Amino acid sequence: MLSDNDRIFTNLYGIESPGLRAAKRRGAWDGTKKFMQNGEDWIINQVKESGLRGRGGAGFPTGLKWSFMPKKSDGRPSYLVVNADESEPGTCKDRDILRHDPHLLVEGCLIAAFAMRAPVCYVYVRGEFIREREALQKAVDEAYDAGLIGKNNKHGWDFDLYVHHGAGAYICGEETAMLESLEGKKGQPRLKPPFPANVGLYGAPTTVNNVESIAVVPTILRRGANWFSALGRPNNTGTKLFCISGHVNTPCNVEEEMGIPFRDLIEKHAGGVRGGWNNLMAVIPGGSSVPCLPADTCKDMPMDFDTLRDLKSGLGTAAVIVMDKSTDIVRAIARLAYFYKHESCGQCTPCREGTGWMWRVLDRMARGEAEKREIDMLLDVSYQIEGHTICALGDAAAWPVQGLIRHFRHEIERRIDEYAANPKPDEAMVAAE
Amino acid sequence: MPKLIVDGTEVEVEDGITLLQACEEAGAEIPRFCYHDRLSIAGNCRMCLVEVKGAPKPQASCALSVNDLRPGPNGEPPEVLTGSAQVKKAREGVMEFLLINHPLDCPICDQGGECDLQDQAMAYGIDKNRYAENKRAVEDKYIGPLVKTIMTRCIHCTRCVRFTTEVAGIHELGAIGRGEDMEITTYLEKSMSSELQGNVIDLCPVGALTSRPYAFSARPWELRKTESIDVMDALGSATRIDSRGREVMRVMPRLNEDVNEEWISDKARFIWDGLRSQRLDRPYVRENGALREASWAEAFEVIAERVKASDPSRMAAIAGDLSAVEDMFALKDLMDALGVKSIDCRQDGSALGEAGGRAGYLFNAGLAGVEDADAILLVGTNPRLEAAVLNARIRKTWLRTRLPIGVIGEQADLTYDYDYLGAGAETLSEVASGKHKFAQVLKRAERPMIIVGQGALNRGDGRAVLAQVVSAAQASGAIGENWNGFCVLHDAAARVGGLDICFLPRLEGGRNVGEILQGASAGDIDVVYLLGADEIDMKKFGSAFVIYQGSHGDAGAHRADVILPGAAFSEKSGTYVNTEGRVQLARRAVFPPGDAREDWAILRALSAVLGHTLPYNTLEQLRAALREECPHLAATDEKPDATTSELGDLAGAPKRARAAGFTSPVDDYYLTNAITRASKVMAECSALRTAGQSEEGTGTDG
Repeated sequence: MLSDNDRIFTNLYGIESPGLRAAKRRGAWDGTKKFMQNGEDWIINQVKESGLRGRGGAGFPTGLKWSFMPKKSDGRPSYLVVNADESEPGTCKDRDILRHDPHLLVEGCLIAAFAMRAPVCYVYVRGEFIREREALQKAVDEAYDAGLIGKNNKHGWDFDLYVHHGAGAYICGEETAMLESLEGKKGQPRLKPPFPANVGLYGAPTTVNNVESIAVVPTILRRGANWFSALGRPNNTGTKLFCISGHVNTPCNVEEEMGIPFRDLIEKHAGGVRGGWNNLMAVIPGGSSVPCLPADTCKDMPMDFDTLRDLKSGLGTAAVIVMDKSTDIVRAIARLAYFYKHESCGQCTPCREGTGWMWRVLDRMARGEAEKREIDMLLDVSYQIEGHTICALGDAAAWPVQGLIRHFRHEIERRIDEYAANPKPDEAMVAAE
Repeated sequence: MPKLIVDGTEVEVEDGITLLQACEEAGAEIPRFCYHDRLSIAGNCRMCLVEVKGAPKPQASCALSVNDLRPGPNGEPPEVLTGSAQVKKAREGVMEFLLINHPLDCPICDQGGECDLQDQAMAYGIDKNRYAENKRAVEDKYIGPLVKTIMTRCIHCTRCVRFTTEVAGIHELGAIGRGEDMEITTYLEKSMSSELQGNVIDLCPVGALTSRPYAFSARPWELRKTESIDVMDALGSATRIDSRGREVMRVMPRLNEDVNEEWISDKARFIWDGLRSQRLDRPYVRENGALREASWAEAFEVIAERVKASDPSRMAAIAGDLSAVEDMFALKDLMDALGVKSIDCRQDGSALGEAGGRAGYLFNAGLAGVEDADAILLVGTNPRLEAAVLNARIRKTWLRTRLPIGVIGEQADLTYDYDYLGAGAETLSEVASGKHKFAQVLKRAERPMIIVGQGALNRGDGRAVLAQVVSAAQASGAIGENWNGFCVLHDAAARVGGLDICFLPRLEGGRNVGEILQGASAGDIDVVYLLGADEIDMKKFGSAFVIYQGSHGDAGAHRADVILPGAAFSEKSGTYVNTEGRVQLARRAVFPPGDAREDWAILRALSAVLGHTLPYNTLEQLRAALREECPHLAATDEKPDATTSELGDLAGAPKRARAAGFTSPVDDYYLTNAITRASKVMAECSALRTAGQSEEGTGTDG
C-alpha cells in the first residue's frame, strides 16, 4: 500500500485550497526552473526511466511518445494538447486533479511542452466539466500572474497555455478527434498514419497526453525517476489514481501503487464489497470500455496493465466498477452498448452500424427476448467491429459485449430460457432510459 | 520507389501512392465506396480493408501510403494480401453492416443496375441476413431542384460532402448528427448553389442522391449510350448521351483529363428536357404575318424567290452559338457561292479573329494548363458562370498552390480568393503598362496566365481591350517559347469552330453582326440567314426577310419569315472546337424530330434549289472538303500549339478603351441559349436562383 509521503496528488480530496500558494506549499512549482535548465533530453530521459505509461487508457510509454516529437522544427511549431475530456463511464480521476490540484497539471504542461519544444499547450476540458474548467482557468491565471508561464516568465522560456472547452462528446476524447474539435471541426477521428507527432493540430507536430500523465511529471522529476520506477511492478511502475465505483461500501478516488491486488484496493479504500466478497459478481477493472471479469478471476489479481491484459481485460483508466450479485449484468452491458451507440461519431461503417445493432440485440437479451443462436451472432458482430474501425471506439464498444458473453453466457441463456418458458407481454424494460 | 508484394507478386510502385492504388497496379481489385481518385481520402467505408503481414488488424488500403508500410524483419518487401480469409471476412462484415440499414429497395431505385452497393454486395457480400431489428428510416432532404434525395439509402461515404467542399467550393452540404443518426443535408435544407452539383449524383455510390428530373424514367440497361460533346459552354466537356428510342433520357460525363476530368456542369447534365420541348419539327413559312406549316419544297421555293430577287451585297448570314463546324462550313460555302460577303459567327459582336492568327482567339495554355500556372489574371470573365468546370480546375490549383489570382471585371464569388483589381479597361491598362502592383505579381510568376472573357471583348472597343490584354501578357512574359499564358475564354461552343473556318465578314464590303443589324434596320439588307442564331436583337431586322434554320422555337424562329427545322447537337454528327482549339466530334444519339433534318443536309438541299449546288453529297465528303480547307481540323482530340508569331499584331491595335466596367456575358447561368430556354428544369433553377438573390425570396423550400 502506498505510503502517504509517496503520494503525488496530495490534495486529491480538496481538503486544502487548490490555489497557487497552497499548491506551492505542497511542493508544486519547486525546482521547475532547474529541471528546465537540465535540458529537454534530460526531462524526456527521466520520464523514460521512470517507466511512466500513459494514464489515459492505452498505457503507451509517455517518455517514448515524447521522444517522437521533432527535435528541430521544419518551420512548423509543435503543440502539446492535454486530454481533459474525461468521459469514460466510471472514470473521474482527472476531474479531481482539475478541481483540487490544478497547479500540478499547469506545471506539468510547462515541463512537458518544454521537453517537446512546444511553445503552446491546449487543455481540452470535457464539456460537462464547467466548474472544473473554471478551477483550471483560475490556476492558469494565477500562474500567468505569478510569471510562472506566459511571455518572459520566470523559467526563461515563453509558453502559453489555453484552456479549451469541449461540447460534451465522448469521441472528442480520442486524440485525433480532439484535434479536429480544437480546430473547430466536427469531432471525428482522423486516419492514422500520419500520427499526430508528424501531422497533428493545424498540421503541426502534436502530442496528446492525458491529464494524469502530465500532472505526475513534475513530481517524478522532483523525486527522481528511480523513486517512481521503484513503485509498482516491472513495466507497470509508479502510482495511479483508481476510481472505485459501484457496489462497494465507500466509493472513492484514490491514488495507489500500480499492481496493488484488487482485494487490497477494495478493502482498504472502498470499505469492501457491498454484502461481502461472496456477494461479488463481476468487476469492470478499467472503465466501461474494457471487458468485465467474473468474481473468481479478479479477487486477487494485481491491478496493472500487463496482468489485466493477460486476463483479456485491461487497466484502461483504472476506473474500477464493482458489481455485486444484485446487478443485472446483461442489462448493465446493454446500457454500456447504448452509450457507445449514442457516442459513435458515425464516420466509419462498422462502428456506426454495428453499435446500434449490438445495443438492440442486447436490449432484447436483457429481457430474454432472444434466441440462443443470437449470442454467437452477437459475438461475431462484435468481432466484425473490433479492429475494423478508424479509431478505438469500435473496439471499446465491442469489448464489454465480448466480456459479457465470455463470462456470463450462462446468464443470457438462463434468461432466454425463462422468457421462452413464460413469455411476458408486460412492460418492457428499456436498457437505455 | 517502394517495393511490395501483393498477393505473391512483387511490384515496384511510385512513391507516395496509396496501398489501394498499389494493389490495383498489381492487378488486385479492391472494393471501395468512400474512396475516389479526385477527392480527399476519408477512409470511412472500411470496404477496402486488406491484410498487411505483420499488422495486427486489417488496414484500410485507401488511407495507407505505401511509404508507411514497414519492411519485414530481414528487409524483405512488405507483403499485402487482398484475398485472404481475413480480408474476405472483413469485407463481408463491412458489407453486412452497410446493408443492415440499407432499404434494399433496388426494384424502385433509380440507381439500380449501376449501383456500387449492388455490385459489390454481389461480389463481396454474403447471401444471408442476420439482422432482425427494425431498419433505420431517414427523412428525405430537399437540397435543390436537380438532386433528389432518398436518404434512407445513404451509406455515409461523404463523397458528396467532400465533392461540394473541395471541388465545387460551396460549403453547403454536410453531415449532422452522430453515429447511426448521422444525416447528410444542406443547412436548413437550403438548395445547393453550385453549378456542378449534378456531379454528386454520379459520385453517390448508392441511390441516395439521384437525378430529380430523370427520376423513375428509365433503367440504365435500356439506354443506348452515345459519346458526345457538351455544347452548353465552350469547354467541350466530354459527355455521354443516354437515349431510349428517339428520346434523350439523360446526359452523363465522360472522362477527359485534359478538359473536364470527370465533371460536367449542371447545364450540360440537365439540359436534356430542353431537347424535347419547343422543337421545330417542320418547315414554316410566314404568310400574311403568320407562320404556317409548309413542306420543304415550298419553304425552299420561297427562299429561292427572295434570294434571286436580291443582290448578294444586300444579303447576310449569321451563325449561332450551338452550330457544328460542318453546318457553318456548308453555310459559308453557300454564301460564298452566292457572293454574299456579310457573314459572321460572332453573335455577341466580339472582336476576335480579325488579327493575331489562331493564337489570337484560343485558350492557348490549355484547360489543363491552369494547373501549371502560378499566377492568374481574369479579365472580364466570371468563369464560374461561363465555364463552371474550368472554374473548378482553377479552384483545384488554388487549393494546391494558393497562387495569386487577380480579377478585373465583376466582383463575384468564384469559390476561391482573389485580388479585386478593378472594374474595367483603366485597371487593365495599368496592369499592361506595369503601373499596377499586380503587374509585378504576373512578372514574377514563371507561368503567368491571363484569361480574357467575352465580357471584355464583346463591346464596341473589344479590339482595344484585346490589344491591352495582349500587351499585358507580353509585358509579364506570359507569351514565350514553352508557355503561352494568353487565354481567351469563349462562352459559345460554336465560336472557335466558326473562327477556324473563317466564318467572318469578307474583306471588301463584308459586314459584321453589328453592321448587319444596322443595315437591316436601315433597309440596306434584304435577306438574313440565321443558322441557330438566337442571341441577337431580332427587332433590329426591320423589314428584312429572315430565314431561320435551327432546332428550337426561340427568338430567331419567332422573327423568321421561313423556318427550316434543323437538328440539335444530340441529333447530328458534328465537329466542335473548344476554347483551347481542341477539335472534338459529337456523335448522333437520336434522330431529329418530325421533318427536321441535319443542318448540313438542309443547306445542301437548299443550295441545289438556289442553283449553286454544294460540291458534297455526304457528310464524309463535306468533312473532306472541310479538312482540305482547314487542315488543322483533321487533328481531333488534341490541344493544338498555335503559333504566337502573329499575336504581336493584336497588341499593335489602338488601345483606347471605354472606361465602363466589364460585365460577364452570362447573366443567368441557367438560361444562355435556345435549348436552355426550352428546358423546364433550367427555368426552375433560374427562378430559384433569382428568388434567392432578391430580398423577398428566402431560397429555401420543402
